[in-house]
Amino acid sequence: MATDAPPPSKASSTLPSTEAFVEVHESAEFGELRRSYRSFAFPLTVAFIAWYLLYVLLSNYAGGFMGTKLFGNINVAFVFGIAQFVTTFLIAWWYSRHAAAKLDPKAEAIKSRMEGGA
Amino acid sequence: MSPAQQTLLAANQASEHRPLIISLFAVFVVATLVITVWAGRQTKDAADFYAGGRQFSAFQNGLAVSGDYMSAASFLGIAGAIALFGYDGFLYSIGFLVAWLVALLLVAEPLRNSGRYTMGDVLAYRMRQRPVRTAAGTSTIVVSIFYLLAQMAGAGVLVSLLLGITSDAGKIGIVALVGILMIVYVSIGGMKGTTWVQMVKAVLLIGGTLLITFLVLLKFNFNISDLLGSAAENSGKGTAFLEPGLQYGATGTSKLDFVSLGIALVLGTAGLPHILIRFYTVPTAKAARKSVNWAIGIIGGFYLMTLALGFGAAALISQEEIIASNPSGNTAAPLLALHLGGVDSAWGAILLATISAVAFATILAVVAGLTLASSSSFAHDIYANVIRKGQATGEEEVRAARWATVFIGIVSIGLGALARDLNVAGLVALAFAVAASANLPTILYSLFWKRFTTQGALWSIYGGLIVAVGLVLFSPVVSGDPKAMFPDVDFAWFPLKNPGIISIPFGFFMGWLGTILSKEEPDTKKYAELEVRSLTGTGAH
Repeated sequence: MATDAPPPSKASSTLPSTEAFVEVHESAEFGELRRSYRSFAFPLTVAFIAWYLLYVLLSNYAGGFMGTKLFGNINVAFVFGIAQFVTTFLIAWWYSRHAAAKLDPKAEAIKSRMEGGA
Repeated sequence: MSPAQQTLLAANQASEHRPLIISLFAVFVVATLVITVWAGRQTKDAADFYAGGRQFSAFQNGLAVSGDYMSAASFLGIAGAIALFGYDGFLYSIGFLVAWLVALLLVAEPLRNSGRYTMGDVLAYRMRQRPVRTAAGTSTIVVSIFYLLAQMAGAGVLVSLLLGITSDAGKIGIVALVGILMIVYVSIGGMKGTTWVQMVKAVLLIGGTLLITFLVLLKFNFNISDLLGSAAENSGKGTAFLEPGLQYGATGTSKLDFVSLGIALVLGTAGLPHILIRFYTVPTAKAARKSVNWAIGIIGGFYLMTLALGFGAAALISQEEIIASNPSGNTAAPLLALHLGGVDSAWGAILLATISAVAFATILAVVAGLTLASSSSFAHDIYANVIRKGQATGEEEVRAARWATVFIGIVSIGLGALARDLNVAGLVALAFAVAASANLPTILYSLFWKRFTTQGALWSIYGGLIVAVGLVLFSPVVSGDPKAMFPDVDFAWFPLKNPGIISIPFGFFMGWLGTILSKEEPDTKKYAELEVRSLTGTGAH
């Protein structure tokens, strides 16, 4: 970590006016960024919470099924638990890919215009 | 030899190697103090103190986030819960991990973009500042103190095992030492020092856990099925040990408790102030996202290893010995280290000392992170914005934060002794429930709901906070249970140990109700500003 260089955050430019923000907020470009973010993140959040709750509920109320042995001493419950780890890793990777491809360029364009043009 | 005698033997053995244990502790303490003093010299303004100058890399912060998150609860608590209850202990790690997706998808980046130093910055962004900041500061401090309590309980447990200290004076002495160290770390090193301490601790914890995992797997020729089989057999509970239900499956109430715990775990992380403020230590939202990804990888790997720790302890140590050492299993991991090395050998004592030193480092670092979160929130939200109405200089804020650190340190030393025999993972789960009830609804409404008003925020924070803490007070955690804080009295009319299933929906409901009943118009212009900033990073600090 280069601690000698002055942090750029201190040199932050003045914030654009609220009116400028309202204008951008109503623009089609921002609408698209917002849609692209929400239509990805919201359903995915609902999905992984549902998937997790399914696991919790099955553990609780479907003991027989979860106790079914698959191979050796490894049962359904164990595999289900590990599967939660795997899906967590996959979703994190998938969201980051979406963000880098679809969200970052749009966000960057708006930010640089607002900060540069202010 | 009875299990109690065995434990005594373990403690005696540890006592024989007391110089070694104390030197390992001392090395860690001295190293971290050096870092703290160095970081203190680099701390020149409020952004340095609160946010470490915002110049940490995504990987550094990912490591530090993991350090903050992998508390004594994860290390001692989960391993202990698995060692005693088998599969049911696994739920903690799954919930603790999946929860990171909420932080990644919904909270980390918008927070980094629109806030400055604290959670309250985002909550109060488009609201009336003083009431909302007061509420945010209050809930930050309450959540952090719950969490602190768990860490202090872990410290007490470790020391009685290690140094054979069973006297109350000795335990209080150790809690006081932890408290004093954390005051020093935070007040001198600020966020910079704390972040470096977290990184060192994360590396040590991962290293120690890798070593024990490797040794466990080696004993079973890397055959996981054999490990599970031996654990099931040695636990005396047979295949039930590998299935859900041992801890929570007994009655309808305990099953409901399991669901309640599950919900609290998955929704709590994104409302933990000491985790949230870590996102301010990196320069951009993109770096915040990357640091969450690093954290998910590190924490996920760590939790997979706790399976080996917990099942390994169950396979190699008798249940009686684990329980005799600590009724909630908190010492299973260090005991496992001792057994892996050989109970009568120097190697066993060295492993025990190493793992205990790692656990001690874990506790110290997490406690420092929690103290920083509460003192930042006190200084920035309550002192600077409520008491001084935004007129305080950065210098005055930092001075207030340092004093708050001393005060919070003393309070948590005072509380530390009360919670000794509770499972630390269970205690931390309560902090998660409070965070999910009081903080998460307001964070999400603030960021995503245009109509949300000041009244909605206040009802949600206070409503969630009061119901969550109130239900804990009247739960079997506090009274009416042999393992409760006050086992001799019984005012536990609420049957569940975790309040989440009621208090979390209640927090969301109150936010909605407060909003639709409020007479003031929502500040939609300010919301437009917040939304553009949170999604694009325009004007980010």
